[in-house]
Amino acid sequence: MSFSQATLIEGHKPISPASGIPAWDIDPYDVEILKDPNAYYAELRALGEVVYIPRYSILTVGRFETTRKVFSDHENFLSSRGVGLNDFKLEDPWRPPSIILEVDQPDHTRTRKVMSRALSPKVAKGFADLFHETADALVDRLLGQGSIEAVADLAEAFPTTVFPKAVGMKDVNPRYLVDYGAMVFNAVGPDNQLRRDAMSHAGEIVPWINAACARDRLTKDGLGALVYASADDGTLSEDEAGMLVRSFLSAGVDTTVTGIGNALWCLSQNPDQWDALKRDPSLIRATFEEVLRYTSPVHTFGRTAGQATEIAGFPVEEGTKVTCVLGAANMDPDKWGDPEKFRIDRKPVGHIAFGAGIHGCVGQNIARAELEAVLGALIKKVDRIEPAGDAVWRPSNAIRALDKLPINLIPN
Amino acid sequence: MIKVTYVAHDGSRTDAEGELGDTVMSLAINQGIDGIIGECGGSMMCATCHCYVDEAWVGATGPRLDGEEDMLESAASEVNERSRLSCQIKLTEEMDGLVVHLPEEQV
Repeated sequence: MSFSQATLIEGHKPISPASGIPAWDIDPYDVEILKDPNAYYAELRALGEVVYIPRYSILTVGRFETTRKVFSDHENFLSSRGVGLNDFKLEDPWRPPSIILEVDQPDHTRTRKVMSRALSPKVAKGFADLFHETADALVDRLLGQGSIEAVADLAEAFPTTVFPKAVGMKDVNPRYLVDYGAMVFNAVGPDNQLRRDAMSHAGEIVPWINAACARDRLTKDGLGALVYASADDGTLSEDEAGMLVRSFLSAGVDTTVTGIGNALWCLSQNPDQWDALKRDPSLIRATFEEVLRYTSPVHTFGRTAGQATEIAGFPVEEGTKVTCVLGAANMDPDKWGDPEKFRIDRKPVGHIAFGAGIHGCVGQNIARAELEAVLGALIKKVDRIEPAGDAVWRPSNAIRALDKLPINLIPN
Repeated sequence: MIKVTYVAHDGSRTDAEGELGDTVMSLAINQGIDGIIGECGGSMMCATCHCYVDEAWVGATGPRLDGEEDMLESAASEVNERSRLSCQIKLTEEMDGLVVHLPEEQV
């Protein structure tokens, strides 16, 4: 069966939901929801195991167990047809599909192995000195400034300093790095203003990104070189190596910027938890896990039913786009008890902020190492983190990030 | 229910009962057993759920899965031929009574 462009909705086949699946007339990508999603998350969970959103002709899940199950069920719910609303089987994506994110087994296994080796805990530990020295110097400089705008001054400044070094990039343009991430993540949403605005920079940024990922634009000792080594031994083609290096940039900058910003927001809003962390620095990593659970930096990603299947007993037809609202699952009281409380002693193992299963975030060790360095520098040097104005969120179709976070860092 | 015994590095034993499809890691987390962290939640991206399968149970748990070897290289404690990532051991009926030993440290 084929579909003309005109019959597609957001680039995918419209569906007739099975009877019993509640329909919800809402736009989950409305900027007001994206800025403050908790009420939407709660309603989505309350409506049922799976909900039909007529506006986009998709199914959506938000309860913890079901979301985890669908998101990690790579046999029935494919990634190769895109993790956004567009079905790559029916419509060409805006860029060649990612050979790690937008691919299924068995092809995925080959590229995933290259990346998980390049980003192993051991490799991440090797960056500890670089990350700690950079974080210490950055926090020292900011402490001299009084009040700061933490998104630009810290959350963006840190990853755009250390990550290109870790990758071994000779060309650095912090703005392009952040905007490229915004583009990639907004592109998984519908064709709305957010996506159109983000994509309007593509003509300028994409060629720069592609050029900066070429072998001769990378040092011999970074993550990029590790990936190109897999081209030398025949595991990857030269082009594939370039594409995987590119994925460091699409998935590794905007996300960690968001993680750092959200951590500062959580700690500035919860001074008792900041004090608890100061008292017991061994909770740094657990604190970051709770930040991830509490804010879900990637709030929504999708899958495509590769065949007729089911969700929680409801039939699901082939080609159905299913959005998995990770943010709703990570705030599900049935799983977490008191999810609305930010508690650094929660140790929320099993949260799905990094996804789950074979497509779980391959860069998570680097993300944790970055956060460990930033939070480590702060607890050493800062006595209190105080809000200095209202936090402003930056709506995105997939990322829950701050736009502005004015704070005062009060030195020890 | 499938019984799993976790033997800590100091020799203390804790029993837990899991269901088909649970992993040795997820069962340990749900039961609050110390000695398994499972930081990545089971995506085979960390090595903080390292365990040594008791000799008697190596047959039931089977060989390491694709990719497990690579991640074990990042384990904090010594890796031997019985080392597994416990997130990759999915409980089956044949594993009722399984004994795993936990390493001295996971990070």
